[in-house]
Amino acid sequence: MKIAIGGMVEPGSTRVNKTGSWRIYRPLYHRDKCIKCGICSMLCPDSSVKAQEDGYVIFDYEYCKGCGICAYECPKDAIEMVLEEK
Amino acid sequence: MSRLAPGHRGCPGCCDAMAANFVLEAAGDDIIVVSPTGCLEVMTTPYPESAWEVPWIHSLFENAASVAAGIESALKALGRKGNTKIIALAGDGATMDIGTLGLSGAFERGHDITYVCIDNEAYMNTGVQRSGGTPYGASTTTSPTGKESFGNRTQKKNMPAIMAAHGAPYVTTTSISYPKDMMRKVKKAVDIEGPCYIHAHAPCSTGWRFESSRTVEIGKLAVETALWPLYEIEYSEITGVKKIKNRKPVEDYLKAQGRFKHLFTKEGGEKEIAKIQDIADWNVKHYELE
Repeated sequence: MKIAIGGMVEPGSTRVNKTGSWRIYRPLYHRDKCIKCGICSMLCPDSSVKAQEDGYVIFDYEYCKGCGICAYECPKDAIEMVLEEK
Repeated sequence: MSRLAPGHRGCPGCCDAMAANFVLEAAGDDIIVVSPTGCLEVMTTPYPESAWEVPWIHSLFENAASVAAGIESALKALGRKGNTKIIALAGDGATMDIGTLGLSGAFERGHDITYVCIDNEAYMNTGVQRSGGTPYGASTTTSPTGKESFGNRTQKKNMPAIMAAHGAPYVTTTSISYPKDMMRKVKKAVDIEGPCYIHAHAPCSTGWRFESSRTVEIGKLAVETALWPLYEIEYSEITGVKKIKNRKPVEDYLKAQGRFKHLFTKEGGEKEIAKIQDIADWNVKHYELE
């Protein structure tokens, strides 16, 4: 491997590492219960719960590690953790 | 709004990633981030990748504050400081043990930097060895519980008090479980000219042994039991305190974590719990939390 001067690397380049493969439980979104509070997207350590323009969220299963914080903290139980099937 | 890029190697439910995200959201894009050795450093920058989308530098374990001070001085000397904020994001080991000397020097000289300590109360990156941030009674790999031992024998070092003693314009505690509180304090700190210190409590599911989904809940329990008081200090005077309504007993916080399990299963554990309750009671009195 060639090391760049100062060990410089491209910004955001961890995206090549698809951490979704780590997941054991998958967040399942119940859109009808969602009140668009945004807590899930604010807390997600993997930037994998993304708030849309209309306030609802989408999950990025390429990177979501299934930690379950979004489901645990959701005030309306709009997110449910289900066993991942691969 | 920038955050860490996904694909970083933080554990599921990582408190460091959450802390970094809150800092990035609050501080804006015109920032330079310095991280010493630690979980945040290794998990965001496995060469040749980086999860950062703002300028970020790592040098050594002990010199995050010195590097931040150097960047600030260099930008000023070149006439290029402008509105750029220099932020150090460091763990408790780098802050409270290994980098204290450089941190003290930077604050003494009065550089315009914001130093954020993400305190998960042990060296998690290398396998949960105790640090100056490890609380009394916690079992770690270098303060294990056993036949005679009830875990860590020393009290958590009061690092905010040490930083406040420098007469810094702003020293504050916060918690990743209160994102709005943390973001407000980060914003306030970066807007203040001079050295500011933010000490963020950060529950680590791997090191503290609880389910990854409960990271936020555990941090709230630390605040609600008064084991982690939230306060602000300006020029050595306490100027803001988050009051606690209906304070919970420390057992509520301790029993939720594997690192304190021995306090509930070993004979004599209740005496140790009483000592930890004394720490919470002292916090309530000292910081006038009720």
